[in-house]
Amino acid sequence: MTIAHPWMANSVPAIKQAMLREIGAPSIEALFEQIPAEHRTAHDFALPPALRSEPELRRHMLSLLRKNTSCEENLSFLGAGIWQHHVPAICDEIAGRSEFLTSVWGTAMSDHGRNQAWFEFASQLGELVACDFVGLPVYSWGCAAGNAVRLASRLNGRRRVLVPEWMDPERLAVIRQYCEPEGMPNRIAVELVAQRAADGLIDLDDLRTKLNDGVTAVYFENPGFLGIIETQGAEIARLAHAAGAEVIVGVDPISLGVLAPPPDYGADIVVGTTQTLGAHMSAGGGAGGFIASRDEERYAREYPTLNISITTTRNPGEHGFALSLSHQSSYGMREQGKDWTGNSVYLTAIANAVYMSLMGPEGFAELGELVLARSHDAARRLDAIPGVSVRWKSGFFREFVVDFSATGRSVAQVNAALLKRGIFGGKDLSADIPALGQCALFAVTEVHAPEDIARLATTLEEILR
Amino acid sequence: MTAKLIHQARWNEPVVMEMGVAGRRGVVFPQPETDAAALIPAGMRRRTKPALPEMTEHDVLRHYLHLSQQVLGMMGVSLFGTCTMKYNPRLSEALGLRPQMAEIHPLQPAASIQGLLEIVHNFDLILRELSGMDQFVFQAAGGADAAYTHTCVTRGYFAAKGELEQRNEIITSIQAHPCNPATAATAGFKVVTLMLEENGYPSIDALKAALSPRTAALMINNPDDMGVYNPQIREWTALVKQAGGLAFYDHANFNGVMGRIRARELGFDACMFMLHKTFGGPKGGGGPAVGAYGCSAELAPFLPKPLVVKNSDGSYGLDDDRPQSVGKVREFLGNLHIVMRAYAWARAMGADGIKEAADLAVLANNYMEKKLLAIPGVARSNPEAKTWRMEMTRYGLGPLKEETGLGVVEVGNRMTDYGIDAPWLSHEPWVVPEPFTPEAGELWSKEDIDLWCEVLAKVCDEARQDPELVRTAPHNAPIGRVDSEAPEDPARWATTWRAYQRKHAATRARAAE
Repeated sequence: MTIAHPWMANSVPAIKQAMLREIGAPSIEALFEQIPAEHRTAHDFALPPALRSEPELRRHMLSLLRKNTSCEENLSFLGAGIWQHHVPAICDEIAGRSEFLTSVWGTAMSDHGRNQAWFEFASQLGELVACDFVGLPVYSWGCAAGNAVRLASRLNGRRRVLVPEWMDPERLAVIRQYCEPEGMPNRIAVELVAQRAADGLIDLDDLRTKLNDGVTAVYFENPGFLGIIETQGAEIARLAHAAGAEVIVGVDPISLGVLAPPPDYGADIVVGTTQTLGAHMSAGGGAGGFIASRDEERYAREYPTLNISITTTRNPGEHGFALSLSHQSSYGMREQGKDWTGNSVYLTAIANAVYMSLMGPEGFAELGELVLARSHDAARRLDAIPGVSVRWKSGFFREFVVDFSATGRSVAQVNAALLKRGIFGGKDLSADIPALGQCALFAVTEVHAPEDIARLATTLEEILR
Repeated sequence: MTAKLIHQARWNEPVVMEMGVAGRRGVVFPQPETDAAALIPAGMRRRTKPALPEMTEHDVLRHYLHLSQQVLGMMGVSLFGTCTMKYNPRLSEALGLRPQMAEIHPLQPAASIQGLLEIVHNFDLILRELSGMDQFVFQAAGGADAAYTHTCVTRGYFAAKGELEQRNEIITSIQAHPCNPATAATAGFKVVTLMLEENGYPSIDALKAALSPRTAALMINNPDDMGVYNPQIREWTALVKQAGGLAFYDHANFNGVMGRIRARELGFDACMFMLHKTFGGPKGGGGPAVGAYGCSAELAPFLPKPLVVKNSDGSYGLDDDRPQSVGKVREFLGNLHIVMRAYAWARAMGADGIKEAADLAVLANNYMEKKLLAIPGVARSNPEAKTWRMEMTRYGLGPLKEETGLGVVEVGNRMTDYGIDAPWLSHEPWVVPEPFTPEAGELWSKEDIDLWCEVLAKVCDEARQDPELVRTAPHNAPIGRVDSEAPEDPARWATTWRAYQRKHAATRARAAE
């Protein structure tokens, strides 16, 4: 190979020789003497041919990416765990800054700006969720919920958690993983609490039946998987607390400009997504989760997250930002640590911080009202289509359940027809919640203009005619 | 190049919570067509507005630009060991923002994301070729999450054999990354930790003593962070197999061995690659990341689902019909935007480039070792070992500390005054006193390495000539040295501005009494 690789400074042959000379080694191969001959592979590595030049690589990558068609070229109503919200341009500008992009783990002084941005992530999120203690993010909402249930179990030593019956199957699968499968001695049993067919709210009678002194926590969401706003939070929390259980509430913070923050109705621990706060969907790569609570030692000393605290410096009047409670993590205590800590979605947290600063209190209120208005407009419009009905016509945020059962078509058929017309229909619920029949979950956000809603409705009318 | 002092930006930037003016807006939205007030169920309306800053778009931009400029973050030289600092091609960053990547919803029909699935599948094939494994999955959102994936797969595998209750122990070594014992414990296993012996790795006898019918798995890396390759690793995997356990290769330190060995040929049942390290994905201060988890055909049925598959007609799809799957470790398919970057990196390198990167990484480390050991005050782990090291070596400033009272933390802080990111020290527990672990990889030039070593020499010299200068470092950073005690004190720690305000007010009130 005669041309030096642009990403490898020492691939210039003369430099290799100079370095070998300096250390007195006969060859590069000699440096690998620790690997026994019988460990070395006898075969060549058959990888696709190298594309060393940027023009060739770019051409190749574009040829692949062009085979995708996105929610920009199509009109999408998919939600269910990842949502299409507007990402302000400066979120990308800041998260793409090389200093943030390539930072690893510098000191609190040399990487001061990043630590401050992380503190501002936690501080602004803390305002939205009305919690004084917020950790740096974890991998996803489901992972945050799993961590929170384990945290609750460490606090009260109990091993049953109650969750809503109609939970997001993706999140529920992650929670089940974190709670350990049958056969494990420390397993936390995940039990489902019924939701009422009439309004989609949690069935308090079923909750009362299942609550006892073995329950570590009651977990519910606002809005729930099906978009429904759970209005009985205070009563659920009262019942849970009376049984000695922790109350964990999952939220999408983008709703909290208009909806009450969970501690207002009794939440002890709040978890949720960070994706909607300025992160692109990226096929699921935008996912992120958070854990928050009151700033009480009892909770703080059980957090599995990295935490950044404001502190002072040797210069009077100056703020600094340093790791807090890191010794209790797996970095400090290995298998004795709280679950485990590692790389997470810390760059996304910076985009989240930018997003929340841009939004401010009025932005979140305005956005929340717009999402409420447009999603209800869409629901009303679809509900007017013959054979189509919206399962719960009010009391939801962003997402609502559309029932196609009376059309004689399956959701799969409807969505296939929509796809041909450049529309991604709502998530098909028929396999996840068979009791609902042929239902789909439609998400409508601020990216949907009135004409998009009209186009969906007229296209559905055409398909179902 | 000679060591020269630099000065980082110092903007005296306020906390964003103190900024803004009531009524200013950073982003506005269209007015809704209908009144939303009635759409919020009774009692669920937010009563008090969140106390967020009210700023213009321009002010938000400047604030966060100022913060970015107060991050050293590899803008000088960063040889942050165990993290394999690479160039992160900006082409991939640009590609990641294209709608065909950024604006993809994970539940889109497979037909609409054929290019993405093709990338995932073809990258799976590349990793299979590099490791000898039969199937990879990308759901884990980091290396530690991939270790966790292994503990989940281990549970699934032994549950299917009816041995889950019996096999409740996972063996690791004290030099393995903490994520290995930590995820094993989180998954419900007891952890057995082997100590290092004189060669730098645990003995076969120690392994034999730890193995039993209770053994579920071995989780280990090789080479370790000291650059020591365990030449008995094939015997290790054979012994684990004999005992009925699974051998997992934490390939965090793949950079020095890639292109020469295959995990499967060494007898491992599963392995993990970190795409944000070895495969050129950006660190991002700690993710979004990917721990690519690969395993043998025997373990594949238990992998998290869905898997990306190539159909017989040449199209790509998602296989969700996997009855023995352990389920999910995270929602959806993983950080596919990082998989895309790793694929692009692997294509740009090719097989020859990947092997050359390992060559250069090992060459650079041994070159650096010669320079570092010439600096008075620097010691080396396993000093008796005579062989060349792999891609990194652990050193210690124990001798300097004995002589001057100043250790690796003070020296690291002072190095940043020269534009050098403070080095990675060591995971707990510290086996070497005052440890530091530089890793040059294939990225950094001979001149960068020379500069790094020269700065270390200069700072060690300063520690003798002017210890106060080093003790009070950094001097050229955005802020002075932080008080790290307050963040451990419940009365003073504050992870949010609202907690700070409450505690700060309490402190002031006490001071006034």
